[in-house]
Amino acid sequence: MQLDWSSIPRASNALWEGFQFSISLTAFAALAGIILGTLLAMARLSSIKPLSMIASGYVNIFRSTPLVIVIYWFYVVLPFIIGRPIGAEHSAYVTFAIFEAAYFCEIMRAGIQSIPKGQVYAGSALGFTYGQNMRYIILPQAFRNVVPLLLTQTIILFQDTSLVYVLGATDLFGAADKIAHRDNTLLEMYVTVAVIYFVISFFLSRLVKHLHSKIAIIR
Amino acid sequence: MSQYQWDWLVIFENVTDTDEFYYQWLISGLGWTLLIALSAWVIALILGTIIGTARTLPNKFVAGIATAYVELFRNIPLIVQLFMWFFVLPEMVPTNIGNWMKQDMPHPGIITSIIGLGLFTAARVAEQIRTGILALPRGQKNAGLALGLTLAQTYRHVLLPMAFRVVIPPLTSEFMSIFKNSAVAYSITATELFFQMKQITGDYKPANQIEVVTIVGLIYILVAFSANRIMTFIERRVQVPGYISGGK
Repeated sequence: MQLDWSSIPRASNALWEGFQFSISLTAFAALAGIILGTLLAMARLSSIKPLSMIASGYVNIFRSTPLVIVIYWFYVVLPFIIGRPIGAEHSAYVTFAIFEAAYFCEIMRAGIQSIPKGQVYAGSALGFTYGQNMRYIILPQAFRNVVPLLLTQTIILFQDTSLVYVLGATDLFGAADKIAHRDNTLLEMYVTVAVIYFVISFFLSRLVKHLHSKIAIIR
Repeated sequence: MSQYQWDWLVIFENVTDTDEFYYQWLISGLGWTLLIALSAWVIALILGTIIGTARTLPNKFVAGIATAYVELFRNIPLIVQLFMWFFVLPEMVPTNIGNWMKQDMPHPGIITSIIGLGLFTAARVAEQIRTGILALPRGQKNAGLALGLTLAQTYRHVLLPMAFRVVIPPLTSEFMSIFKNSAVAYSITATELFFQMKQITGDYKPANQIEVVTIVGLIYILVAFSANRIMTFIERRVQVPGYISGGK
């Protein structure tokens, strides 16, 4: 077997572009997912029954469906809804935001539930409305408690973006796959992306662990 | 696209120019999905238990290897791992073995996905088992040793039976995940459910993609739900009275 590593520098531009898409998809999905997930978590914990039922239905459905199916489903359904074709990239942004929201919801819910009930009562006693209570008392603490979990989920999300392969989108893995077939350098390309994914995920998860020990709330 | 022709019965149609039906393809795909997921689960449970246990051992070297395994398999995306096993490994091994893997191995896509998915999930199972063992009161291990049990006997008769029961809830979610993750096997030509779906929506019925994908999505949800029920049933049967999952 002959490995031709000289093909890697030649491919680095295309890999870099794919990597940028992976990162921007991860960042967008994490941000949108956390915002949407927080709203979902509030809905899930709401005393309004229909609202909490809809939210938990949403979460349960997305959490029991394979991501590849969800990616593919949105890819065929979105054009039908908006009435014109949508590219693989745009479809991926929408899909990941909606899909990840279900996972971030569960994390935020745990965060909100970790706040003692007395704080809610204290807020209400001070004359805070529900919104103010959430905004100034509950969410800031809940958020702080779950930052490590949110980051860990984001690392998983980063790895999961490789599944846009199913749409033929050009993320890091997609770029490597395309170059691999063009230049007939399957081995070099697959090994390279595996190393890139590993190095990034490994060091980020180390960082999260470190962060976790730093910001853990002293009770 | 305002005049989309809905046809939910599309899966009961004949495959063009054959006497097969699309639903037969889906059923065959579902069968492979279940086979891949369940076989991979066996590998994941056995290997995961060994590695998870190894991480808690006093022997630094063994624990280090086990930790390296978990880090390696948790930090590379599943689809990349499957590609490594399917495309890279046959080139790395001696030529005659590599050729056998590429040409003569029966159901290469299926076998590779079972092994790849099993090794991938083993890392996750190992983490749960380790957490389960560490969650037990330290006194249990000491009590076992004080009774004259060897370390191996303490693990076999005291720690693992307890740890297994404690970790059933997190294992439930891994068990559900393995069915979901098995869909990725389509990428290395395993003819499971998602593969069959792509074949139907891509080449045969591009006009009715939404229906086919939705139906297959519902099948996956049903499978995940059944997996959840089975694990809950097991959890009830083996629960330790007065322990975490015992009260649920």
